Amino acid sequence: MSIEARPQAVRFGRPFRFSFAFVLFLISVAIYVCTAVVTGEVNQLSLAGLSGLFQRMVALGLVGLGQTFVILVGSIDLSVAALISVVAVLASFIMHGEPAMIAPAIVACLLVCLVAGCVNGMLVGFGRINPLIATLGTGLVMQGVLSTAFSFMPGSVAPRFEAFAYSSLFGIPYPVCLLVILAIGASRVLSSTPFGARIYSVGGNPEGARMAGIRTERVVLGAHLIASLFAGVAGLFLAARLQSGTPWVGRDGIYDLESIAVTVIGGTILAGGNGGVAGTMAGVLLFASLDASFNMLGVDAFVKQVLRGAIVIAAVAVHAVGNKEHVA
Amino acid sequence: MTPIPHATPSRRQVFGIAAVNFGLIMFLLLYAGIAILQPNYLEAGLFMNFLRRAAPLIILAGGQLYVILTGGFDLSMGAVVTLVVLAASILVNGDPNATWPMIGVLYLMGLAVGLINGLVVAYLKVPSIVTTLGTMLLTNGVALTWSGGAARGDLPDNFRDLGRFVAHDVWLIGTLPMAVIVLIVFMVIAGWGLHGTVYGKRAIAIGDNARAADLAGIPVAATRIAAFVVSALAAVTAGILVGGFSGVSVNAGSGLALQAIAACVVGGAQLLGGRGTIWSALFGALSLFSLFTLLNLAGLPQALRDSIQGLILIAALGASAWRERRKA
Repeated sequence: MSIEARPQAVRFGRPFRFSFAFVLFLISVAIYVCTAVVTGEVNQLSLAGLSGLFQRMVALGLVGLGQTFVILVGSIDLSVAALISVVAVLASFIMHGEPAMIAPAIVACLLVCLVAGCVNGMLVGFGRINPLIATLGTGLVMQGVLSTAFSFMPGSVAPRFEAFAYSSLFGIPYPVCLLVILAIGASRVLSSTPFGARIYSVGGNPEGARMAGIRTERVVLGAHLIASLFAGVAGLFLAARLQSGTPWVGRDGIYDLESIAVTVIGGTILAGGNGGVAGTMAGVLLFASLDASFNMLGVDAFVKQVLRGAIVIAAVAVHAVGNKEHVA
Repeated sequence: MTPIPHATPSRRQVFGIAAVNFGLIMFLLLYAGIAILQPNYLEAGLFMNFLRRAAPLIILAGGQLYVILTGGFDLSMGAVVTLVVLAASILVNGDPNATWPMIGVLYLMGLAVGLINGLVVAYLKVPSIVTTLGTMLLTNGVALTWSGGAARGDLPDNFRDLGRFVAHDVWLIGTLPMAVIVLIVFMVIAGWGLHGTVYGKRAIAIGDNARAADLAGIPVAATRIAAFVVSALAAVTAGILVGGFSGVSVNAGSGLALQAIAACVVGGAQLLGGRGTIWSALFGALSLFSLFTLLNLAGLPQALRDSIQGLILIAALGASAWRERRKA
């Protein structure tokens, strides 16, 4: 999140990034396959087992994609967890089990996301408020209003909407298809559009980007809008998956901190300007396969948390160690 | 080359006082609000009680300030508080003779967490926000695994007295809670460490520009590690007080780390390092706590209090960003 460009960014050039994501991908697959074989749960390797694994990736993957955009631009978004809860609750509140209300609910939720992203982007981009505190603040505001307004289960989503989370196309669940399409789209946006190029340049060197005529505030705003929209899609997915939203669904999933963790594990630098979608997806796969492996091994829920903490540090340390610059 | 006006020491000093004033003014305004709603808060006794309840947050902010000044964050403080509360009740288990040795053990645990944080940041070069996120998950996991996910054991009276004992018939102020003595001792030591020793100058230099500090011969790694150790030890101290007056619970420390960061920011310390005094921690924490008290007295639901805390955070940082820009 530091503003200055860091010389070590050169080390993570394009070729390294792709190979790093690929290595992370292979490690995740290896962990999953080895645990399945060792514990004798070979049926986890079937198509059904694998699609179960991918289902675990969807919510965190969607949030992580959005978080990648904001981190690349040198900002960060801690409000995603609250936004997910807002969207999940709002979706089930508006739908109330009526199939006719599916479209209005989705539109309303995405509008809320646009407003939230706009506020975040204005505060960070135009107000120059430290993104950590600004988005922490907006997250607190959203969570507070939400839990004051809905302290109960507000209805449930329409059955047809719920079916979306559970049905599949040629054995691949729809949500997984959605994640793959959005990930490819995000990757295309970053790699081959002017907007993507601006994101990298603003994140890498904001002052330089401004000198080059880029309106940096607008790029930051755009990245925050994208992050909020992705969080909203994740919220809609969770509402469909859980049949109704609760005011704590985002906070209980620790989506704010975990999405930052997977993005950073995937090689995107917190200072901004370097990294990409491929790494984030590999990071999400690592988390999902570790989760599945812990379940197969029957690891206690609390011990799982300990291991997860250690893995976050270790995974980031692998590519941060040897860095000559000082980090804070 | 243009001259750099900000580099003159006199100017920094002026800004330091201005920043302190902001936190102090805010505290006085909020406390005046409390006094309007509840006039007996102006009595010495109730003020002491107010200080007693604010003591853990002030101590946490004092520790967090060390890390913030060097340019980092410590998100693991809340988890350390939880660990201390749960560990104390298991280790001491109602035996008054075990209190003092076990407090030593608690400080050793805090030392371990602080050393892990510091060593990982300084030598593995993992950004502190990720490192302490990892140790937060880790420490929480350890605390919950150890206690089995629920509070067990018991705290003897001589342990709990550290947090809740109140001396009566004290000259001039009437009552003097033990927690306030702990608070004063801690803040005097913390303030001396920052403003009376070379260490404080080094910490601020590192937060301002780590590379320049390194070239000037400052031991960057050691200074950073020490900051994380101070922060963890502060969390242990706060945990002992919390255990004393609110008893044992598994979410004793949830949200405290972010509140401590918020307190420092409200008090005028600069995120990412380089500016701040012990007064920022003290008045920032006092402002935040009087805000909580005020909202509580006004009868707002807990959730809405979070929202208002979020708004205040954004406003405080927005104001400081605005002052900064006006100066530039």
